[in-house]
Amino acid sequence: MRTIFSIMTDAVAYGMVLFIISIGLSIMMGLMRVVNLAHGAFAMIGGYLASYAIRDLHVHYSVAILMAVIGTIIVSIPFEILLYRRIYRKSDPLIQVLMTIGITFFIIGIVNFIFGPSLKSIPLPQTLSGPLDIGFRMLPTHRIFVIACGVVTALALWLLIEKTEFGIKLRASVDHSGMADALGIRTEIIYAVTFALAIGLGAFGGVVGAEILPIEPFYALRYMVTFLVVVSVGGAGSILGALSASLLLGLADTTGKYLAPEFGDFFFYLSVIFIVFLFPHGLFGRSHA
Amino acid sequence: MNKGAQSILALAILGLMTGTASADVIKVGVIGTFSGPYALFGKNFKMGIDAWVAQNGNKIGNNTVEFVYKDEEGPNPAKSKALAQELLVRDKVQYLAGIYFTPNALAVAPLLEESKTPLIVMNAATSAIVEKSPYIVRTSFTMWQNTVPAAKVAFKNGAKKVAIAVSDYGPGIDAEAAFKKTFEGEGGAVVEAVRIPLATTDFSPIMQRIKDSGADTIFTFLPSGPPTLGFVKAYLDNGLKAGGVKLMSTGDVVTEPDLPNIGDPGIGILSTYHYSVSHDSKENAAFLAELKKGGASLDEVTMTSVAAYDGARLIYKMIEATDGKRDPAKAVDAVKDMKWVSPRGPVSIDPTTRHIRQNVYLRSVEKVDGKLINKESQIFADQPDWALSTK
Repeated sequence: MRTIFSIMTDAVAYGMVLFIISIGLSIMMGLMRVVNLAHGAFAMIGGYLASYAIRDLHVHYSVAILMAVIGTIIVSIPFEILLYRRIYRKSDPLIQVLMTIGITFFIIGIVNFIFGPSLKSIPLPQTLSGPLDIGFRMLPTHRIFVIACGVVTALALWLLIEKTEFGIKLRASVDHSGMADALGIRTEIIYAVTFALAIGLGAFGGVVGAEILPIEPFYALRYMVTFLVVVSVGGAGSILGALSASLLLGLADTTGKYLAPEFGDFFFYLSVIFIVFLFPHGLFGRSHA
Repeated sequence: MNKGAQSILALAILGLMTGTASADVIKVGVIGTFSGPYALFGKNFKMGIDAWVAQNGNKIGNNTVEFVYKDEEGPNPAKSKALAQELLVRDKVQYLAGIYFTPNALAVAPLLEESKTPLIVMNAATSAIVEKSPYIVRTSFTMWQNTVPAAKVAFKNGAKKVAIAVSDYGPGIDAEAAFKKTFEGEGGAVVEAVRIPLATTDFSPIMQRIKDSGADTIFTFLPSGPPTLGFVKAYLDNGLKAGGVKLMSTGDVVTEPDLPNIGDPGIGILSTYHYSVSHDSKENAAFLAELKKGGASLDEVTMTSVAAYDGARLIYKMIEATDGKRDPAKAVDAVKDMKWVSPRGPVSIDPTTRHIRQNVYLRSVEKVDGKLINKESQIFADQPDWALSTK
């Protein structure tokens, strides 16, 4: 029983990191129909900025997260205006894939050049580092923080999309952008804001998840498949889908690692195959995508 | 490729051809991890070689030596083989050197005899590598070499039940076997043996598994780089250290550049290793001063710089013995039985295994003058590769 609880806590922590990073990708795929392979690259930029802010500017962890998210969004603006704007909703997948993978390699090169090729740590503040006794086991305090971040992110996004005027406009633009345009909704602004939101979430996930997915220049490629898998299992654009996919895959991966570590990613991908076989559009995906 | 680059390349090729024609430029191809997560260790190859060249010049008799660097990136045997072929065929190198990962070394080994090229392995630490070709000499270490003392220390310190956690590839399996054999030979028990896939970054589940096994000590080996830091942090943050479970490892897990990231909670972690940056000797002080003069930061020095420095010494000796001719048998013979004092301590090349014999030190992580170091406390003198030699 104790073992099951232990696996569950690790699984939830890992799942939440996957969720925070992947939800941005999911939103872009679901709403703008852009397969943004460079999403991990933006998450990585967030991690690098946070690492730089803490280690060289000596700011507090919370300030560093904020700086990383805002900084990454600023970095992403030229990409949005010059490149991404052209491929929202209409272009064929090949162009999207070629362009975004190109951006990924570009960012890897630049980051490698500026920050060097080695691993960058993001030092945690005293309150978040070290072990915490949660009754049946000791757990890194940071994991609790990650789980909390995941829950808050999911709730905030749900409120934003379902309960605010921005959410209504967003859903209108997604369902029928031509009609939304005709009704006076500035769809290009809606898209730009959503893009910034998606990138910001990626950067946020990159920073808080750095203990589990360490920041290094090949981060963008190394975890690209993992993030894409979460989105395709969960269904593009669905918050609930991304959340359940992250938790399920986190559980499969962690259980596999605990019980049979020599199998590596086997159980992770086995569960992906099963889920996609049963739900070809993802757990909560809509069939029109 | 545009016109300009093409003509530069053509000129470069022309330059290389004339270089070989006059027969006095000896090229050495160095394959190392110069980008990616393990880049620090490739950089150290270059730092070590540069330090040797700075001290000894690039002339050996009438011959000039030139090092050509290629990037192996990560554990990628096919790529390393292609790089070695490129170095042999296009750059016409007379010696190969470097190589961080075992699988990469094994992929390059079959090329050596046909091309008559000695290979100086400067890191890859699986015992069997030197058996793959008579032209391989190794200046780094092996898992058996460093692990046998670790198992003895663990037993002496009162460990009864040990959990072994190693990376699931050549050196990890060597480390597991070496520890198991020695520790059980001393009378201890191994209660758990976990093999961790190389790409693992989240070690929390593994720590929990070890904890559940009831072990009082963990022995671990992972290749130096991102995984080692993650492993040590998981060990600390999952409360194993606080719960009294000891961590014993080879020095790969606590390389000096990682110590600041591990931080004060790491104080007291034991490891057995052949080189500590803080090793107290005049050779090491001179070596570090030379690295610094070459523009390196002392916070970045790892074991690969020493292996490369000593490897360059062997290459110079080989070139001298063959007078720049391609004669691998003579070159390798010239370094067998070589003895010298390296920055890591006294070393020699074992003539039967062509692997380096050296001191292995027991160290513990300690804070000295505000800086975390691996402080040496005990010497296991003149250790061979225990898998290949018995004494």
